[in-house]
Amino acid sequence: MSPRFSEVSEGDQLPALTVPLTRQDLVRYAGAAMDFNPIHWNQRFATEVGLPDVIAHGMLTMAVAGRAVSEWAADPGAITHFGVRFTRPVVVPDDEEGAAVEVTGKIAKKNDDGTVQVRITARSEGQSVLGGASATVRLRQD
Amino acid sequence: MPLDQSFIGREYPPTRPYEVSREKIREFAESIKDSSPLHRDAEAARAAGHPDVIAPPTFVVLVSMGAQDLIVEDPELGLDYSRVVHGQQEFTHHRPVRAGDRLVATVHVDDITARAGNDFLTVRAEITSPEGEAICTSRSTLVARGAAKEDEQ
Repeated sequence: MSPRFSEVSEGDQLPALTVPLTRQDLVRYAGAAMDFNPIHWNQRFATEVGLPDVIAHGMLTMAVAGRAVSEWAADPGAITHFGVRFTRPVVVPDDEEGAAVEVTGKIAKKNDDGTVQVRITARSEGQSVLGGASATVRLRQD
Repeated sequence: MPLDQSFIGREYPPTRPYEVSREKIREFAESIKDSSPLHRDAEAARAAGHPDVIAPPTFVVLVSMGAQDLIVEDPELGLDYSRVVHGQQEFTHHRPVRAGDRLVATVHVDDITARAGNDFLTVRAEITSPEGEAICTSRSTLVARGAAKEDEQ
């Protein structure tokens, strides 16, 4: 059930979300998003260009961060604005566990137009991977 | 050499329409492990007030990234793509993208700056229907790591 505007407050935390990402997930995303940059699947290429290992697509990290907001809002169509800075790559090792992206969200502001601004954090291996991440969400007014 | 700032304000021709299918929305949702029924079930989407299944908020990257290649691959601009990383991304959704949409992207060079030997290129894609209905505005900042910085390392 989607939250009502009248029932949420500035400072409220959204349910946290942890999303595991394996090499297989990166290959699947590459195909779905048509983004075949080899830094996302080819370890030899990734290390040759100076990366520690294969890294997740920034846009996949962004998509996973957006899920924390859309699942809370119960309607992905309620997100009217979504922006992030890519500050650090999510390194995905070649093993069964892969990497984990931990996402949190907090209501930073209730706007006069019936939307809320959600501030998002995303971390992997204990380090922040997105900067200035936020979403604007239109909530039920009834 | 820094990028040519006279490119600021340049607009490229619109892309051919991208047809959004229910199956591509489902495939994209699965690739980000998003289980919302609004990406899969037209009845559920209609119950939530949408005419058909809707796409996840970052789905339009399928259109915006292809369109911004017009700029990235413009030989006159001369960007070295092997040095480019994605610095920033934002989407303003004028309405959700849904199955059956035909999306046309028109890309603009909004800004070019140089800082600490790196070039920052801000690209905007206005995504509309073929009739011109505003659907999404995508803004990307691309960072071309410069030779100056590499020399320092």
